Amino acid sequence: MKIGVLASQGAFIEHIEKLRQLGVEATPVRIPEELEGLDGLIIPGGESTSIGRLMRDYKLTRAIRNRVKQGMSVFGTCAGMILMAGKGDDPAFEPLGLMDIAVRRNAFGRQLESFETELNVPALGEKPFPGVFIRAPLVEKVNGTVEVLARLADGTIVAARDGKMLALAFHPELTDDLRFHQYFLEMVSGRE
Amino acid sequence: MQKELNSRRSEVMGMETGTWKVKSGLAQMLKGGVIMDVVTPEHARIAEEAGACAVMALERVPADIRAAGGVARMADPTIIEAIMKTVSVPVMAKCRIGHFVEAQVLEALGVDYIDESEVLTPADEAHHVWKHDFKVPFVCGCRNLGEALRRIGEGAAMIRTKGEAGTGNVVEAVRHMRAVMDAIRELVNTPQEELMAKAKEMGAPFALVEELHKTGKLPVVNFAAGGIATPADAALMMQLGADGVFVGSGVFKSTDPSARAQAIVKATTHYNDPKIVAEVSKNLGEAMPGLDIKQIPSDELLASRGW
Repeated sequence: MKIGVLASQGAFIEHIEKLRQLGVEATPVRIPEELEGLDGLIIPGGESTSIGRLMRDYKLTRAIRNRVKQGMSVFGTCAGMILMAGKGDDPAFEPLGLMDIAVRRNAFGRQLESFETELNVPALGEKPFPGVFIRAPLVEKVNGTVEVLARLADGTIVAARDGKMLALAFHPELTDDLRFHQYFLEMVSGRE
Repeated sequence: MQKELNSRRSEVMGMETGTWKVKSGLAQMLKGGVIMDVVTPEHARIAEEAGACAVMALERVPADIRAAGGVARMADPTIIEAIMKTVSVPVMAKCRIGHFVEAQVLEALGVDYIDESEVLTPADEAHHVWKHDFKVPFVCGCRNLGEALRRIGEGAAMIRTKGEAGTGNVVEAVRHMRAVMDAIRELVNTPQEELMAKAKEMGAPFALVEELHKTGKLPVVNFAAGGIATPADAALMMQLGADGVFVGSGVFKSTDPSARAQAIVKATTHYNDPKIVAEVSKNLGEAMPGLDIKQIPSDELLASRGW
């Protein structure tokens, strides 16, 4: 199984490290050629405007869409979720449109409102998942076949999945809990 | 009002703010990126447009602070707020070393990161701000590993090597980054029984020395700063081990800030690809004028501020 981690900007090394702990050697992706042969791609947390511009300038947007059409799975965290969305609220770059979700950036406020909380994620079992939300987005709306995986106590959607697409508003790569990465690898391999 | 609402919501929903994880985590999200000094909303817009992962809101860039002399202080809150309203990327602002009230003011304004910076005139020549008391995260400068670990001990959630700000000369940034990385390599290979003497020699908290010996890396993100003026400078600092770069005067003291800002962002991402660094280095106009460090009187060197 070949997994890549988009390395334009952001916390990509953290994802590579998580996958290594699960016995998968992931490769950084900065140019379209590096997408070849990948079964799965992680789009990490970072600044979505920064990553979005670098993706545009190095022609990754179309290349990623093409690979997804050929069956590549994608897992986005925080900025990654914003970039995967069908509809964003930033006119400055074009989201990938991989999932039919509408997201709101910096939805909880500035850094002082960044928070940690325990999340109930039925798909991962009973044990709560440590949610690390940093200037995080939220999912305003899910459409079509998109399945909600987790909500905050007030109902806010913070994790969603649609077939081979997985998007989280928070950062499993900043925790010691490997379950979401394991879940993604199972999505990629079809062993579910 | 919004703050009260948020804090009430936090209590009910078990949301914990201002934790070490979210403070150091924001710095992790900035990695591989470029943080640019800006003095107007217009600059901030250009920086964001170019792909900066954050901006530093200032009244003057370091080159102008150096030229103006006198006492350099925290920027006017009006400027900081105007910049916060203009961009969606994180906004940082500087307080003077040890000036914990400037830090309180910046926290009250809601900035995303505070840089306790040697670029401003120190307010305390013996003590830095006790940064654990704040919910807003801090970045601090260092010239070597001991200084980095002292700042982390005080609560800095991010470190940057100091370099020599406002010079357009990368030599000090290189010196400080090499000093930090060399010391890490050395510490990893130091036997356990020698760690206490090392901690004493470096003037660093023992617990952090021991942790670094075990993990082989700093517990927080480390950017390069002070003198980066070209795409190749940025890529150089990344190859030397920086997690990202700060560009102060380098962008807005050059003749074509927008082109240079974009080129530095690209060179920081593609730092290991000389063909891309070559490509983005073309036709950028004049870089900022540089200063020879040896020509600067030693009492005007910014890096020697702080301990």
